[in-house]
Amino acid sequence: MSTRFNHLLLALSLGLGHVVWAQHDGHGTHESHDAHTTTNASQDLGNAGHEASHEGGHDAEHSGEHAGAEKGSFDPSPFIIHHVADAYDIHLWGEGEGAVHIPLPVILYSEAHGLDVFMSSAFHGHGDVKHTEDGKYVLSHGHISLAGGHAHEGHDDYASHEDHEGHDHGPALYDFSITKSVFGMLLIMTLLVLLFGRAAASYRKNPGQAPKGLTNVLEPLVMFVRDEIAVPSLGDQKAKKFLPFLLTVFFFILFANLLGLIPFIGGFNITGTVGITAVMATFVFLLTTLNGNKHYWGHLFWPPGVPVFVMPIIIPIEIIGMFLKPIVLMIRLTANITAGHIIILSFVSLVLIFGETSAVAGYGVGIFSTAFMIFMYCIELLVAFLQAFIFTLLAAIYFGEATHEAHH
Amino acid sequence: MELLTILLEIGQGLAGLGAGAAAIGAGLGVGRIGGSALEAMARQPEMAGDLRTNMIIAAALVEGVALFGAIICLLVALG
Repeated sequence: MSTRFNHLLLALSLGLGHVVWAQHDGHGTHESHDAHTTTNASQDLGNAGHEASHEGGHDAEHSGEHAGAEKGSFDPSPFIIHHVADAYDIHLWGEGEGAVHIPLPVILYSEAHGLDVFMSSAFHGHGDVKHTEDGKYVLSHGHISLAGGHAHEGHDDYASHEDHEGHDHGPALYDFSITKSVFGMLLIMTLLVLLFGRAAASYRKNPGQAPKGLTNVLEPLVMFVRDEIAVPSLGDQKAKKFLPFLLTVFFFILFANLLGLIPFIGGFNITGTVGITAVMATFVFLLTTLNGNKHYWGHLFWPPGVPVFVMPIIIPIEIIGMFLKPIVLMIRLTANITAGHIIILSFVSLVLIFGETSAVAGYGVGIFSTAFMIFMYCIELLVAFLQAFIFTLLAAIYFGEATHEAHH
Repeated sequence: MELLTILLEIGQGLAGLGAGAAAIGAGLGVGRIGGSALEAMARQPEMAGDLRTNMIIAAALVEGVALFGAIICLLVALG
């Protein structure tokens, strides 16, 4: 029982770790700002030898900026990162002032201001640094932070915030906002509940008959998960126990992947976010460890049939492997989906880069770029299904290993 | 200072090379897995289902390692 409690604690700390991690990320951005100001200051002192360092700092600043904010040279890397990363609104089209966004609710908690709920359209300003009208919060490079750092300081000026040092001791801001990814997840969950609710109702209404319509679409997929994934790796008995989890994970990943592939609706990158896949991998890890039988733990801590002098090597490897499996599960899904998005965005960037030199080059490259994009979209459709399949299959295999009965 | 900037630039270029090397490794690995699985399937078509599942698992494991490399290269290039 105590081990179960420990695992729960671990899960909790992982969940909280995400929030804290997001916090830390925000600080990182400010630190780079600080670095930039210092470089500028040393330049002002008249150190000619610092020319190069200033150049470097300036480049870093540029790469941090949104591509649309500057005219002239197009930098693909921030453009791609902006579209792959999570955001506080759904960006439909346009750049800068003319951009069309769907605002999403921002939910913040800090000791200084308490709980605050407002729409992300409340942020005003140009470029990448935006403020709320009451001057409480700053949205800088996709991260919300408290303006001013400390409550007693003037929090109407971004410059004071920029020059402020020792952010790690500043008041914590907990961000529970409905971001783009969270909104997408809620959308998928509603969709799944509606679709499968209707399918289940149709089975109840006319039992024993051939499925029609929506049910007919969903049944082969459910059968596929049962017959190709659950039963071969778990056996008939245990498959029933784990099927609800496996089906949920499979359809969640599949729908999230497919939602990310629909163009012009903001480019959701739900399964390409480490936090979300980490939660799913944590559940797989917890289910594996909690269901592990004597046979599983025996194999882990004292593999049978292995010479004793190899044990000091084998046992640590086995224990690391126990944690590494869900971590790889997490990274595989994230990296695959994000890589797909990045490749498609790279083709878009290619058009913009060539379009800058001349309109003819832009159109010429555009034709080939679009053809490759369509090709990539087709491959991504396959990947969307394949990654859902692999995640579920590997989860099922891990469960199978954990619950496998000794037969020798 | 200048040297550091140059080294940083070179490092970012090398990150691209690293991603390429990871892709070569994964390509060799997955190609071998796919080829062997196809040979096995041609020899014993009745085992095709089992072989396909195991092929996908092995390919996924190889790909996972390659993606580790790709992610590290991405972090170097962006960081």
